[in-house]
Amino acid sequence: MAFEKRAETKLVEVPSPNKIPERDIGYAPILEVAHLGIDFGGLTAVDDFNIAIGRTEIAGLIGPNGAGKTTVFNLLTKVYEPTRGTIMLDGKSTHGMNTVQVNRAGIARTFQNIRLFDKLTVEDNVRIGLSNHMNYNTFEGVFRLPAYWKEEKKAHERALELLSIFDMQDLANVPAGSLPYGAQRRLEIVRALATEPKLLLLDEPAAGMNPSETADLMENIRKIRDEFQIAVMLIEHDMSLVMNLCEGIAVLNFGKIIAKGTPSEIQNNPEVIEAYLGKQKEG
Amino acid sequence: MKKLTMKKATLQNFTNYGIILLFFLICGPLNDVGGFMTRSLEGQLVPICVYIVMAVSLNLVVGISGELSLGHAGFMSIGAFSGAVVAGVMQNAVQSEPLRLLVAVVVGAILAAVFGFLIGIPVLRLRGDYLAIVTLAFGEIIKNIFNCLYVAYDSNGLQVAFLSSSDIHLEDTGRFLINGPQGATGQDKTATFFAGILLVMFTLVVVQNLIRSRTGRAIMAIRDNRIAAEACGLNATRYKMIAFVIAAALAGAAGALYGQNFAAVTPSKFDFNTSILVLVFVVFGGMGNITGSIVAAALLTVLPELLREFQDYRMLIYAIVLILVMIATNNPLIRGWIEQAAAWVKKLFTKKSTEKEAGNDGI
Ligand SMILES: Nc1ncnc2c1ncn2[C@@H]1O[C@H](COP(=O)(O)OP(=O)(O)OP(=O)(O)O)[C@@H](O)[C@H]1O
Ligand SMILES: [Mg+2]
Repeated sequence: MAFEKRAETKLVEVPSPNKIPERDIGYAPILEVAHLGIDFGGLTAVDDFNIAIGRTEIAGLIGPNGAGKTTVFNLLTKVYEPTRGTIMLDGKSTHGMNTVQVNRAGIARTFQNIRLFDKLTVEDNVRIGLSNHMNYNTFEGVFRLPAYWKEEKKAHERALELLSIFDMQDLANVPAGSLPYGAQRRLEIVRALATEPKLLLLDEPAAGMNPSETADLMENIRKIRDEFQIAVMLIEHDMSLVMNLCEGIAVLNFGKIIAKGTPSEIQNNPEVIEAYLGKQKEG
Repeated sequence: MKKLTMKKATLQNFTNYGIILLFFLICGPLNDVGGFMTRSLEGQLVPICVYIVMAVSLNLVVGISGELSLGHAGFMSIGAFSGAVVAGVMQNAVQSEPLRLLVAVVVGAILAAVFGFLIGIPVLRLRGDYLAIVTLAFGEIIKNIFNCLYVAYDSNGLQVAFLSSSDIHLEDTGRFLINGPQGATGQDKTATFFAGILLVMFTLVVVQNLIRSRTGRAIMAIRDNRIAAEACGLNATRYKMIAFVIAAALAGAAGALYGQNFAAVTPSKFDFNTSILVLVFVVFGGMGNITGSIVAAALLTVLPELLREFQDYRMLIYAIVLILVMIATNNPLIRGWIEQAAAWVKKLFTKKSTEKEAGNDGI
């Protein structure tokens, strides 16, 4: 079974102050964030964060350590409640939604510090992602009525299919906690995909991977975008991955966006070079 | 490889059904013939079943869902006393004893589930060990309520009084079903070992199938990593509630069976000590380990009886055994040894089974 393809997107420029960069499409953006901010006590971790992401865009969020990148993800997924600002997902505000509702509305994510269900198998981790798309209730499950068997079989096949994106189907019965680091990161992506998101947030997906793993990952992220026709936003310190993969990039420093643009624009932005890339080159 | 592990999961389920079946096949006939078992041991058969249900259901909360409950006996008492009232009302009207028992057990389960739900609403949405505190209070409060509760039945119907029985005026044919601190009295003892085994089997079906359904996976996912589970769209409060209510219902059913096993049951039977005892079964058998809960509940229920000869020392021995086991399972060093030993045994085992597989393939 091939993944369902949505209609090809047409590239038409739509002017918007939030777009990174101004590319995309005859559609409204999938995500539109305005003036987003959060304070932790006296510390303003994120402030006046504006961004818009196209329906099938791969966007990058970069910045030095402690800039507030993960905090942005936590705000988008309502792990933290924003102090200020609005988040529009697919044209609808996520105001008042919690983490669970935001996921159901279409945002899935991975975590910088991997959060798998270690004791459960790889396949069960994916099935947990599929959980809300399985059509039987607790009673049918406890007494193993026909709906249970049918839906579990479907979920099993779907889980293997999703795992096969990263060639992990043979690891289906291994406890997730016993996987090597890179495989755990890939499993987190599969689990997030299983929830059928419209927007996939990846927090440092290449961290701890070797160059060849990183190259594969890049290919696969592109493949996921193409096959599922979803938007991807990723945080990454690996500049070659970001510059090669992302179509639009936003740079965060001390909780504020200091630049938005295409990879070449970002690479040539003096403020970025000073705040971020300059430091990288030294190191 | 895949088939092997799938089999392992089902094997585990059927091991537990097998243990209970074996228990029934051995103890049932011995019990009927008589003479083989001491009277005290014979009297333990139904309580053993009851405590297995209690332990397995508490394991669903403590081991599978990862919430601490210190009032499991409270649900048991709700089952016992609501069951007593229902059975008492039916005593003359319904001939069939099994039917009376069944209705008592079902009503006990439903009522306990309702209480579980009511407790869960405010508590399970909070993060942290609030459930432990609230269930602890619940267990004590419900015990004291039953201590002050008087329910009587005559041809005019049910009469209920609180604090004092003087408000109740009974006809000559009427009698008290619940009599304050004396609890449920004058019962028919409709519980049988067979009914106990059926309830244990039912409990195992419910809990084991639940664990291997999407609901059970969600419950364990929330236990292991709540934020990740929520990011996958799983409503933590809802799934914790499902686990807690099912456990409460099973405890209510066990309580009703327990109540129907004796002519009289007092509220003090279901106190904090009983809740802790069941928790000890769960910890002793291993968190989340259903087989462990079964074995621990059965052993620790009969152990005090077996040690009766050492009358004066039996609680001491009992305590020492428990402490040793707790130390052994909680001390990282000793646990390391145990895990090493377990891994070694496992390795031996899997080697054998893969060899077998290969052999089969060859054929
Ligand atoms: N829950 C919290 N309470 C208080 N301060 C917080 C909290 N979460 C994040 N912060 C602070 O917000 C700032 C941004 O942190 P964040 O984790 O978003 O950085 P980051 O850009 O993801 O960094 P890195 O590249 O190291 O992952 C840091 O100063 C951090 O200490
Ligand atoms: Mg971060």
